[in-house]
Amino acid sequence: MAEIVTMPKLGFDMQEGTLVRWVRVEGEAVEKGQVLAEIETDKATVEVESVASGIVYKHLVEQGSVVPVGTPIAVIAAPGEQVTDLPGGMEAPAAEKSAVAEVPVEAEAPAALEVSGETGRIKASPLARRLALEKGVDLAGIRGSGPGGRIVRKDIEAALAAAAQPVPAAVIPPEMPPAPAVQPPVMPLWSETAAAPQDERLPIGKLRAAIGRRMVESKQQLPHFYVTASYNVEALMALRSQLNAFLPEGQKLTVNDFIIKATALTLREFRNLNASIVEKEIIRHGHINIGVAVAVEGGLLTIVCRDADLKPLRLISSEVRDLALRARSGKVRPEDIEGSTFSISNLGMFDVENFGAIINPPEAAILAVGTAQKVPVVEGDEVRVGMRMKATLSADHRVTDGAEAAQFMQALRKYLEEPLRLLL
Amino acid sequence: MARITMREAISQALWEEMERDPKVFILGEEVGVWGGTYAVTKGFYDHFGPDRVRDTPIAEAAIVGSAIGAALTGLRPVAEIMTINFAFSAMDHIVNQAAKIHYMFGGQMTVPLVIRAVSGGGRQLGATHSQTPDAIFAHFPGLKVVAPGTPADAKGLLKAAIRSDDPVLFIEHATLYQVRGEVPEGDYIVPLGKSTVQREGRDLTLVTYSKMLEVSTKAADQLAREGIEVEIVDLRSLRPLDMGPVLASFKKTNRAVIVEEGWKSYGVGSEVAARLYEEAFDYVDAPIKRVAQKEVPLPYNRTLEQSAIPGVEDVITAVKEVLHG
Repeated sequence: MAEIVTMPKLGFDMQEGTLVRWVRVEGEAVEKGQVLAEIETDKATVEVESVASGIVYKHLVEQGSVVPVGTPIAVIAAPGEQVTDLPGGMEAPAAEKSAVAEVPVEAEAPAALEVSGETGRIKASPLARRLALEKGVDLAGIRGSGPGGRIVRKDIEAALAAAAQPVPAAVIPPEMPPAPAVQPPVMPLWSETAAAPQDERLPIGKLRAAIGRRMVESKQQLPHFYVTASYNVEALMALRSQLNAFLPEGQKLTVNDFIIKATALTLREFRNLNASIVEKEIIRHGHINIGVAVAVEGGLLTIVCRDADLKPLRLISSEVRDLALRARSGKVRPEDIEGSTFSISNLGMFDVENFGAIINPPEAAILAVGTAQKVPVVEGDEVRVGMRMKATLSADHRVTDGAEAAQFMQALRKYLEEPLRLLL
Repeated sequence: MARITMREAISQALWEEMERDPKVFILGEEVGVWGGTYAVTKGFYDHFGPDRVRDTPIAEAAIVGSAIGAALTGLRPVAEIMTINFAFSAMDHIVNQAAKIHYMFGGQMTVPLVIRAVSGGGRQLGATHSQTPDAIFAHFPGLKVVAPGTPADAKGLLKAAIRSDDPVLFIEHATLYQVRGEVPEGDYIVPLGKSTVQREGRDLTLVTYSKMLEVSTKAADQLAREGIEVEIVDLRSLRPLDMGPVLASFKKTNRAVIVEEGWKSYGVGSEVAARLYEEAFDYVDAPIKRVAQKEVPLPYNRTLEQSAIPGVEDVITAVKEVLHG
């Protein structure tokens, strides 16, 4: 039974996505859950996984096409299956192609199309084949970076470069004299004869470009205003140490987990800030899905912790940890970054005191969180050492006003300063 | 060197060749008193007189047929066909007579004929007046086909065509007449059948000619801003097709896109791609792509017409696809 793969909806405001690349070519075998294609949305480039195991029977859209959400993009069929009712009256593959699919499974026709070192043909460009032959590189050991896993020149060059890398030096034997203390590299004194510093020109990556587009749109079209508050986080830090004493390594709660929970609970009282403007309406979202900005190579992604107001701290913590890991390793799934209703950007780990974030459209507000730090605080007529954390709400003035934003920051205080409330 | 338009460069070549060799003469519709539909021969009639600048009836078969006769009897005619679309009316004379006489009569006769014709779309002239059928003419052995993309090449190639003893179809692009470029003065010759590298680059080879050289150059400028350096090889002659610089470039970059204004099926891109696969298979690192006109009769509507003709964005997309592949 053939399965249709459609353009997924990655966020409630997504109307269409660009099919950047077919990872699996027509006729190639694919397992359910394996990556079928890469699509680009306003937010990121994400991988679309196959909904079924079988053969990629037909691509219904070409690479580079902009495709509305829900439109069929590919057909997955069983090996040998002839699909007659393709969606949208798309023509069936040409005769020779179906002939390939009709080969009995025993003949391993689909496997022959798979990238495989032992069985089947290795896909490599003619140039890659010639270079491999000349340099004595075994193609079977190389993972191709081209479409469908095709090995291309740069893969051979990378393999050669890797082979040429010196083996890391073993541990210095104890009888060796101690090496002289290594000086950190010292900048040479400036001199006219030194080589002139060169400009470096870099192409703008897809993610960088998408961030740029959205941030320009946000900062130009949304009237931002900013409200900053300082919170006493002594109780929160103490509670966190207490709780973490019960938790094993790798499961310990971060300050940000508390902030997510506190923000989500506060948003329950401030439905107007958990909102989006779509055309002429303000949509106050029923769910409270907190977006968390995660720095990744070449940019940042906003991962989503759904229904954060309903989830216990430990669940929030483990979800965010998994999502952030996936985002950083480039394995982000569509559902990981779709549907946030309010975002948090935390630069506390970089000792930032305070900053203002740009709203992540179509959301109405974003909370920028600084570091929790020791500061002198005045109590009565005494100065003592206290712990404070600053946060700044950026809000869209089309949706809300200063007073409401200030009240939100005030309401957030009761959760951050009396953190036992977060455990209820 | 003077910066002159393509129109002036062509005009200069014709003028200089007519001054140099009294056997050279022009014939065609409105070339004389009116000075040419594209004003290429303005002033020629007054200077060279009605014997050497001859207005003809609107009858392309008669223009080419009589030009062949003149060529066989020792003159060097330059026949102007107002647009290449009308050359279909003279098809028998071009491909069955001009292209074959030297061969079929055992080399006893030559046909030193130049046919100038305007090709290309983009000016809202409708499906029958906007075609780019260059590849059709390049199909026939015995007929040289030349299509310059710069004013300097236009001058040099036209002079070479007039001096050639073989029939040459000299294709001018309707939207290039106003393009300016540096053109050497005096006796400047560009040999027929020689491709050239118009821009150096390391990442990908763009093979193109005529109007699409301009489009490809704009695309290359934009790609350069993203750090992608493409090399542009201008074919200049479609027959004989000089693959030397194309192969040399491809062996360096291993990736190619061919850009032509005509239709993709059975086109220039098909020919160049096939030759790359045949002659440089071991240098192929990604499938070669062709950028060409959409496979429809060219629409009259301006928006549709522009979307059917390859543009800068089409070239950029193809380049990125090939670099990604």
